[in-house]
Amino acid sequence: MTGQIVVQFLTGLASAASLFLIAAGLSIIFGVTRIVNFAHGSLYMLGAFIAYSLTQRLAAGTAYGFWISVLLAAFVVALIGVVIEILMLRRIYRAPELFQLLATFGVVLVVQDAALWIWGPVDLMGPRAPGLDSAVDILGQRLPEYDIALIVISPVVLGLLWLLFHRTRWGILVRAATQDREMVGALGRNQAWLFTSVFFVGAFLAGLGGAIQLPKGGADLLIDLNVIAAAFVVVVVGGMGSITGAFLAAILIGELQAFAVLVLPESTLVIMFLAMAVVLVVRPWGLLGRPMGEHAPGQAAEPLLRPATPRARLAWAALIGLLLVLPLIAEDFTLTLTIEIVILALFAASLHFIMGPGGMVSFGHAAYFGLGAYGAALLATTLNTPMELALLAAPVVAGLGALVFGWFCVRLSGVYLAMLTLAFAQIAWSVVFQWYEFTGGEDGLLGIRRTPWADDRIVFYYLVLAACGVAIYAMRRMIFAPFGYAVRAGRDSRLRADAIGIDCRRFDWMAFLVAGAMAGIAGGLYVYSKGSVFPDEMSIPRSVDGLVMVLLGGVQTLSGPIFGAAGFTWLQDEISRLEYWRFILGGTIIGLVLAFPQGLGGIWRQIEALIRRRRATGIEAGR
Amino acid sequence: MTVLEVRDLYKGFGGVQAVAGISFGVAEGELLAMIGPNGAGKSTCFNMLNGQLRPDGGSVHLNGRDITGLPPRDVSRLGVGRTFQITATFGSMTVAENVQTTLIAHHRGLRGLWRPAAALHRDAAMALLERVGMAEQADRACGVLAYGDLKRVELAVALANDPMLLLMDEPTAGMAPGERVELMALTAEITRERNIAVLFTEHDMDVVFTHADRVIVLNRGKLIAEGTPEDVRANRRVRELYLGESAEAG
Ligand SMILES: Nc1ncnc2c1ncn2[C@@H]1O[C@H](COP(=O)(O)OP(=O)(O)OP(=O)(O)O)[C@@H](O)[C@H]1O
Ligand SMILES: [Mg+2]
Repeated sequence: MTGQIVVQFLTGLASAASLFLIAAGLSIIFGVTRIVNFAHGSLYMLGAFIAYSLTQRLAAGTAYGFWISVLLAAFVVALIGVVIEILMLRRIYRAPELFQLLATFGVVLVVQDAALWIWGPVDLMGPRAPGLDSAVDILGQRLPEYDIALIVISPVVLGLLWLLFHRTRWGILVRAATQDREMVGALGRNQAWLFTSVFFVGAFLAGLGGAIQLPKGGADLLIDLNVIAAAFVVVVVGGMGSITGAFLAAILIGELQAFAVLVLPESTLVIMFLAMAVVLVVRPWGLLGRPMGEHAPGQAAEPLLRPATPRARLAWAALIGLLLVLPLIAEDFTLTLTIEIVILALFAASLHFIMGPGGMVSFGHAAYFGLGAYGAALLATTLNTPMELALLAAPVVAGLGALVFGWFCVRLSGVYLAMLTLAFAQIAWSVVFQWYEFTGGEDGLLGIRRTPWADDRIVFYYLVLAACGVAIYAMRRMIFAPFGYAVRAGRDSRLRADAIGIDCRRFDWMAFLVAGAMAGIAGGLYVYSKGSVFPDEMSIPRSVDGLVMVLLGGVQTLSGPIFGAAGFTWLQDEISRLEYWRFILGGTIIGLVLAFPQGLGGIWRQIEALIRRRRATGIEAGR
Repeated sequence: MTVLEVRDLYKGFGGVQAVAGISFGVAEGELLAMIGPNGAGKSTCFNMLNGQLRPDGGSVHLNGRDITGLPPRDVSRLGVGRTFQITATFGSMTVAENVQTTLIAHHRGLRGLWRPAAALHRDAAMALLERVGMAEQADRACGVLAYGDLKRVELAVALANDPMLLLMDEPTAGMAPGERVELMALTAEITRERNIAVLFTEHDMDVVFTHADRVIVLNRGKLIAEGTPEDVRANRRVRELYLGESAEAG
């Protein structure tokens, strides 16, 4: 028994190693550049793949060959990080924070397909580390020798990082930049150099993390998103920007997972996110983090939110008219695609509701889409509830979820809030994924049929159109109603909102509720459009889809999420038959971010501004 | 009649005793100036009065009611308006909407989900903006205003919840000298007319000595002098403290 506990403890320490490395990299990059690098998991994945290829070639089977491969892989990944920084991020440091996030999503997609192209779709088994390929006996239990190496690695790296940050000029500069944002601006030309070098170090750590776990976990195309979620948790639990915090948090999470396997194997997926939720509620800035200011200095003021101009109203009327006559002119597959677009437009609009006016970025909005979907589907399959009732129940289920999760989330702000939403979404997802008897687990719930009157595709199309149209319109009304002003007031200036008697937290919470319920409507409709539901509907990629739609459309415009949803869903449908569609999608996203840092909705504005300018010069010329 | 009564207020940050036991009162319709060098503890004191900071010790009474430790939104609802040293307004709203939002909050109308806010309390907002000289700019975005204009908007916002006490932390900071005296004259006029008690801090001695009814002097968290502008101007310790600014003060 003691032997088992000791070995399990050591296993936990070993698994903490790669977690620590990737989290430390993420934390350093965030600390200096304030970029939440979603592509950090991709760098980790590249580290694993590149290390695999190198170990096959460089003095294969020898210990020094293995370790050189590991270090070389980390170095190559570091160079890739530098390339990403110079070609992409450097151009958008001044863009809104969220656009930087969007760009890193693009990188995730591109790297996924690049890896698929180079290494193929098959999971790669990592080589054993030569010289460390057997197990040692500890109190009657066996522990792989390689685990001991891993246990040694993380404190060594921590020590090296400490030296780097306390004993070199560069490190002292990085620490100063992390603590004092104003100072970064004062660096002038050196800022570019500092950011690039920070990316080098951060990417190196990610690559190293991916490479050293190769003998244990191998390399596959799914680790990027899995590990980024875990890395976020570690960084947030430790405190953004604190490396020692990341170290402690990695150990905490590693141990929790190691022992959860012993006690309750089903809980392993949830435990990490539960731990994070608990830590954040008790210590809103993580174990060793410090509070971040209300607003990053130098951030542009939010633009005015104006009701639609007569011309915009006309455009909306035309769009609605077109949608109404669509069944008369369109083929079946166009109608099916439009149904999906309309549903996802509501999903995106609901996410926009908390992100735009609310200023609360959610990385886990799919939770509410999924709660609505599963709520409706479970009512239909277990209680034979008719469609009408199930569709009404969907927003209630999702709204309840939002009420519970939101209560915790609105206590935080910024990145921490975003991470907590992600945590809750992952908890909901793993419950659905693992509770096989109730939710069907991975197999999902099938055979959910529409009521006979709505069975016809065209009738269902109109139902979706009406429901989503009303829901989107209702949110629009709320944004321009006092409620929306109260929510926006809290986003613009907490200080002022407090001083005029607004209970900001309460309004944020209610905004969360509205957004969750609306996403639930979308989820319910989605189930009846497909006839089935799978855990994917509440997974990270679904949340990311929503974010990309909102960000592509432009957070500042109310029509943005609708166009973002349409553009994204259409593009995805067009290219999803191609083998490397992610590459195209990711490349498109990156291209759009670089070309239109105000979003697709912003294109319209840019065109309008251009027209206005033309007209103005035209009038002048006429004089 | 005393509107604000402060007794023995204390606040420390780590090693710094920012406010070290101060007591004073402000009467209805009175303009009380709190002066003192940078870092004297003025803003810290203000933040305790409206509930942004919790005092380490002491009490704050508003109209005889103990409001120590109440959150800012409750203090605001009891009739305290506030302007900030660094202006705080809603940047994504127009000037008029800033005031309207305050009026809606004051009338407990923020839960409205349907009727557009832009139509609510528009006239009252315009009247207030007229009063502070911002009516022409009512439909401009707050985010693009000149700093002096922002200070005016803040004054309108602070007046919008019909306060009995106005807390103004450096209401004229960042304005041109002429503008300063003018804004403070306006403030004095409005608050006298409505019988509002005003506590303000100010570095410009011209403004202080022209408009304050009474002056209290804060240094290193402690009150070192108190009295009419003439008394305070004649006070030896105050003169020493302001030696560098004696030209301006004299
Ligand atoms: N949040 C805080 N944490 C730590 N120290 C603080 C904090 N706020 C204020 N202080 C310190 O308390 C002291 C008083 O600061 P305060 O801002 O109240 O001064 P002030 O009189 O308003 O100065 P100024 O005229 O420059 O506005 C200063 O020494 C300041 O550094
Ligand atoms: Mg101050």
